[in-house]
Amino acid sequence: MDLLAGIFTDYTLRNVALGAALLGLVGGVLGSFATLRRQSLLGDVLAHAALPGICLAFLLTGTKAPLILLLGAGLAGWLASLLMLAILRSTRLPEDSTLGVILSGFFGFGIGLLTFIQHSGDSDQAGLDKFIFGQAATVVGEDVLTMAVLGGVALLLVGLLYKEFKLLTFDPAFASSLGLPVRGLGTLLTSLTVIAVMIGLQTVGVVLMAAMLIAPAAAARQWTNRLSTMVWLSAAFGVLSGVLGAVISATRENLPTGPLVVLTASLITLFSLLLAPERGLVWDWRRTRNNRRRIRLERLLLDAHVLYNHAELTPESLAQRRRAAPARAKEELEELAARGWVTGRGERWELTEQGHAEAHRLEQAMRVLPKALNPRAEGGAGGAA
Amino acid sequence: MIKSSINEQASALPRRAAPLEVRDLTVAYHEKPVLWDVDLSIPEGQLCAIVGPNGAGKSTLIKAVLGLIPKASGTVQFFGQPLEAARRRIGYVPQRSSVDWDFPTNALDVVLMGLYGRLGWFRRPGKAEREAAMHALEQVGLTAFAHRQIAQLSGGQQQRVFLARALAQASDLYFMDEPFAGVDAVTEAAILQVMRELKKQGKTVVVVHHDLETVRDYFDHLTLLNVQVIASGPLEQTFTPENLKATYGERMSVGVGR
Repeated sequence: MDLLAGIFTDYTLRNVALGAALLGLVGGVLGSFATLRRQSLLGDVLAHAALPGICLAFLLTGTKAPLILLLGAGLAGWLASLLMLAILRSTRLPEDSTLGVILSGFFGFGIGLLTFIQHSGDSDQAGLDKFIFGQAATVVGEDVLTMAVLGGVALLLVGLLYKEFKLLTFDPAFASSLGLPVRGLGTLLTSLTVIAVMIGLQTVGVVLMAAMLIAPAAAARQWTNRLSTMVWLSAAFGVLSGVLGAVISATRENLPTGPLVVLTASLITLFSLLLAPERGLVWDWRRTRNNRRRIRLERLLLDAHVLYNHAELTPESLAQRRRAAPARAKEELEELAARGWVTGRGERWELTEQGHAEAHRLEQAMRVLPKALNPRAEGGAGGAA
Repeated sequence: MIKSSINEQASALPRRAAPLEVRDLTVAYHEKPVLWDVDLSIPEGQLCAIVGPNGAGKSTLIKAVLGLIPKASGTVQFFGQPLEAARRRIGYVPQRSSVDWDFPTNALDVVLMGLYGRLGWFRRPGKAEREAAMHALEQVGLTAFAHRQIAQLSGGQQQRVFLARALAQASDLYFMDEPFAGVDAVTEAAILQVMRELKKQGKTVVVVHHDLETVRDYFDHLTLLNVQVIASGPLEQTFTPENLKATYGERMSVGVGR
């Protein structure tokens, strides 16, 4: 609690937390669209491509003013995305290869420039490398203001064009048939993603930035089937990751903020992938298991039903029919008894009223004709009537 | 020889501009043209099928006409106007497989998208739009599914959602890309009923179709396409064994004279 209070009292922590929260907010919103457009890796390309932009901006202007560097980053990321779209449109290179080529090409160029600057003897250059992994502790009030303005513009545009972006994301061909400029809207949406990347560069850096676009959105998708809810949730997860990451990193010396923010977001995603109702893996696994169990029991009941109606229901007769060991058949009868479908009278078992009703319902539902007593003797395969 | 029938008809009764008039349309993705010198005139108030083998350019024709893919050459007019001026009069049902049905939205919301064009920039759909969308869903028999997540609809229901979205557009000319592909009997009947209702209202429907068996029962006008237009005109004049052979090649085995 002291730590959370620190957000309001500690100047450094407040700026770091605000910066990370802003990144989470804008990244969460734009990441929702990016992942739904199957362009989450585009964010990765944008982020990596930002590095040469930062270096060139520094080389050309000689300053490290955040706005200048971020503009350089944004411009380079934007160029990379345009180049990528142009390659996709005009060549037959598949998308993943195109992403790979652009990403490594721009990033390699950036690392080269960075090394060149570091060896140039310019004492001003120190700290440019912080953009690789981010260094949130260096975020000051001026940076937060820059981020807030950039993010505000991006969010405002998403708010205004929400309906158009939604249609563009779901069905671009139909959007185009309505006369919407899908190419322009797509470029705008990508440009807004560039802004999200710019906001994150100082906090999480170019390498980890993509996670802040993908993770909150992927987590949010698990919990809802509405786009608007998903966007809000994704934003909330992003903010939560940002603030938590910042606060946790403040608990100790030498805990890096950026990676902790990304780690928090990843944990939220992991949790959501496993536990979200409906889409969560755990529920999915349980549903599958329960369904299998239910279907097995229903099969069993129908077998017992046939035996009871046409012969006698004993562990032996059931074992014979199901080609199982009598001990196993006894267990199965007890399973049915636990459901209240059969009752045991010594060696002989009989169907309860409930069991009869259920068997009839199943036969109706599956349009299974009451089975012949011994289909195998008649040469039937598997006993299907 | 084959096209002469339409020309005669056109000159015999000079009418107002056709819903769709295509001249010299050629489309090429790479070296080979997908559509070559297509001339097409779709008459008003009729159910029109575009039929041809796989790769004949049926969907490409619709997409090129609607400006979704670039034309190499040719002109397209709707009701005597260029595309931009006629957009509000055109409805479109894309192929069902063209979108990701796991998108986080429900049936009603997809149908509302049909009203985005009318709404214009920035404005969000309100009560009136929701009512119009519900009405469209009712026409395809999906009222009960309005709030169902679209991934949880069957393929046929998804197709009907797309149809309802086009109905919400309240257009005069509809393009439907393979609406009958892989749907159940209920959906097929529902689509057909909607098409006939549209015809009754004097609207024109152009359908990319693949099932020769049903062409005769469903449509008034037929265009046989295989990169070029093989034949186009009233069904009884165009649905002939010779034309089908010319479209599909020698190994055509579907009986025409049923």
